[in-house]
Amino acid sequence: MSDAIRDDDDDCEAMTPSRRSVLGAASALFAWSFMPKFAHAAAGSRDARFITVVLRGALDGLTAVPPIGDPNYADLRQDIALQRDGADAALPLDGFFHLHPAMPNLARLYGQGYAAIVHAAATGYRERSHFDGQDVLESGQQGPGRVDSGWLNRMIAALPAGEAIARHGVLGVGVVPPLIVRGQAPVLGWAPPVMPRAGDDLIQRLGDLYGQRDPMLANVLARAIETETIVLGQGMGGDRMRARGGPGNPQGMVQIAEGAARLVGADDGPRIAALAFEGWDTHANEGGAKGRLAGLLGGLDGAFNVFETGLKRVWKDTVVMVVTEFGRTARVNGTVGTDHGTGTVAFLVGGAVRGGRVIADWPGLKPEQLWEQRDLRPTTDIRAVAKGVVTDLFGLSGPVLAEKVFPGTGDIAPMPGLVV
Amino acid sequence: MARDSRLNILGLQRFGLGLRPGDLAAIGGDARDLFLDEAKRRSVPVPIGLDLVGQAQIGSAFYAFQDKEKAEREAPRPAMQAAMIPAPGGMNGGEGASAPPEPPLPQRIYRDEVAARMRAGLEPLAGFGERLAQFWSNHFCVSVSQGNFVRVLAGAYEREAIRPHVFGRFEDMLLAVESHPAMLIYLDNQQSIGPNSPAGKRRGRGLNENLAREIMELHTLGVSGGYSQADVTSLARIITGWTIAGRDGRLGFPGVFAFNAGVHEPGVHPLLGKDYEEAGAEQGRLALLDLARHPATARHVALKLARHFVADDPPSALVSQLVETWRRTEGDLAAVSAALIQSNEAWGTEAAKLRQPQELLLAMLRALGRKPEFGPIAGALATMGQPLWQPSGPNGFPGNNDAWATPEGIKTRIDVAAVWGRQAAGAASDPRALLEAVLGPLASAETKQAVARAESKPQAIALLLMSPEFQRR
Repeated sequence: MSDAIRDDDDDCEAMTPSRRSVLGAASALFAWSFMPKFAHAAAGSRDARFITVVLRGALDGLTAVPPIGDPNYADLRQDIALQRDGADAALPLDGFFHLHPAMPNLARLYGQGYAAIVHAAATGYRERSHFDGQDVLESGQQGPGRVDSGWLNRMIAALPAGEAIARHGVLGVGVVPPLIVRGQAPVLGWAPPVMPRAGDDLIQRLGDLYGQRDPMLANVLARAIETETIVLGQGMGGDRMRARGGPGNPQGMVQIAEGAARLVGADDGPRIAALAFEGWDTHANEGGAKGRLAGLLGGLDGAFNVFETGLKRVWKDTVVMVVTEFGRTARVNGTVGTDHGTGTVAFLVGGAVRGGRVIADWPGLKPEQLWEQRDLRPTTDIRAVAKGVVTDLFGLSGPVLAEKVFPGTGDIAPMPGLVV
Repeated sequence: MARDSRLNILGLQRFGLGLRPGDLAAIGGDARDLFLDEAKRRSVPVPIGLDLVGQAQIGSAFYAFQDKEKAEREAPRPAMQAAMIPAPGGMNGGEGASAPPEPPLPQRIYRDEVAARMRAGLEPLAGFGERLAQFWSNHFCVSVSQGNFVRVLAGAYEREAIRPHVFGRFEDMLLAVESHPAMLIYLDNQQSIGPNSPAGKRRGRGLNENLAREIMELHTLGVSGGYSQADVTSLARIITGWTIAGRDGRLGFPGVFAFNAGVHEPGVHPLLGKDYEEAGAEQGRLALLDLARHPATARHVALKLARHFVADDPPSALVSQLVETWRRTEGDLAAVSAALIQSNEAWGTEAAKLRQPQELLLAMLRALGRKPEFGPIAGALATMGQPLWQPSGPNGFPGNNDAWATPEGIKTRIDVAAVWGRQAAGAASDPRALLEAVLGPLASAETKQAVARAESKPQAIALLLMSPEFQRR
């Protein structure tokens, strides 16, 4: 694979205010509920589902998918290095790479050909700020600071009008949804509820009031109602989905994934969603086969399992992409953890994934092979992976991707052959 | 006149805490004078009524709690029950025949701190000092999700490191923040060891650069403030040894800040082109003072302040005024805050921002005259996505409107308003009178009509709380 890395321009201009599209008339507010149900896609074409999971805090790719076959790995990782053998042995992938033992579901999906792992990957961002790194990952811009919209939203906006995917909008999970879904195209929202839901009459009255006084709130509320309808249609009302744990907790991750899968799997649901799991910033006491990171990886692995179950009906048309803002130092630090780094892993899981392989142009782990003598050197651009997936799933053209979705990335070609 | 009185009340919501019934008459003339007076008097509420107050008290109580837990874990099984201390007052609001057992120490301290913080927000008439305290507490945030030690210290941290300096000097706040046990634990500095220090050589352990990076990226210069990876590593070396005294008392009173020379990386360390001589803890103090006085810090923090209070894209004239005041007064936050209030750009614009959930909750408590109890407060804040002292990362809760004006964000606010409307309906006065009392000239004809036509008193209160005029500032 060619080295598709560019230096980012590290440009940080003042944040521009975001302007949501505004729905003017109150009468339009509840019109969605009277919309006829369209056939979702022309016969023969694919009605694809695409879920992006952002791991906030920078996942340590060298622990999630340890290159045990690399002669320098064990020395760099010392106490937290994973082993090929023994009680807590890592799970074999291709002989060189292994998988963390907390991820048996991912190992199974890999074995079935439903999971591919991209290693030594990164965006074009080369500094080490979480928040700028996440902004670049989610905005799809070349540098931080331009955060008025996310690339998933711009991708939907770039699809032909009337397209089922565009009509259904994008689901952003969480009270504060990820930047990657924000923008002009309709954004639906859901999170596991903490309190009982308010009654319909109150919501109707507020819809009327906002329609008269506050177009922005009216628009947001209309999207909330739209999502709630799908939620109820999926039997997710009441106490069943009551929040437990949250996005930084293994149980919470599984629950959030379950809700997202059901909404995305619904006939009238959104085709595209994004969610975020937190807590990956393992500066201290990261742990190896067991411990803090192992617990989180177990949560992610459980999420893969419920994605598969919840999306069973549409699994053959599904891709779940898991990405993080950057990796962590190759060497274990002074506190048995790892500091902010560069290259890491990305996961592609789903029935539509051409899986069963680790995609890596492995840079090696000798001191001179490390990025700035410190981090795993990135050799694959995560944007090439994302472009490859959405090209195959949704038929977007290279120029649209390079101008609208990931502006200024004409030199980063979509990675071919990721999707079956 | 009508427009002026409307902007006056809008200003009270933008820079203050929201009206309590009866406040409208007490405001009198220009609300600006109330805020400027707070800045002049350096008036910031102090949460009171707590069993354990300072880092020393809390830290040693927490060590004792940990020791007891450890002993119980290692002891034979019957000791389990001893962890439950009988409740003195049924503060949790349980309805069973007997009061529920008191939670363990960390949850108990957090519960009492949350209630005390909310009580403090009920006192002021205007409340600019309280709003600023909340801004700075989020700028220099810690998160209780890091663990129980931060959970027990979060309230003390805000009282000790933030509130005394809200109308003081930025550099004093910075020094207080970076030397507070809560911050040193939250961002791992108490574990960071100079590789060439006695302990580093002996144990083969080393640096953790977490706190050093966030000091420059988030607390002072800003991410584009002109520092490099080498500066991050260097500052990490400079502040090795900034730690918390352990239970053995070797470094100082258990639980308080201590400088541990045994883990400090010796030598001269460069930072942003300047060399800092070896001087123990003083080396770090001098580096922090220079970061506080750096022009990039004034620009970064002044912009964030304007963004928080006024608009995501604040008028550039306002930002320049704040930066200029900061420069002229060398970071006197009373002067910078007063400049914010005095600016016509900050004062005269329409409400561009939604109240963030914590602001909203406090405004709801004030409007309804509701007693701050931990359970309902924590439940409402968790529902709306802004639990107290629990942001998901060291960058704090987002300050931009887009983060909060979301479908799920609005839906959860409505859920909270519906429940609070039901709970308040019994004691509340006529909702139409309440609307007049807490929004006054801000209330639109449409909102008045919606409240008047509500099908019930609980619904009327929920509509009031969810009206655009109550939600925006």
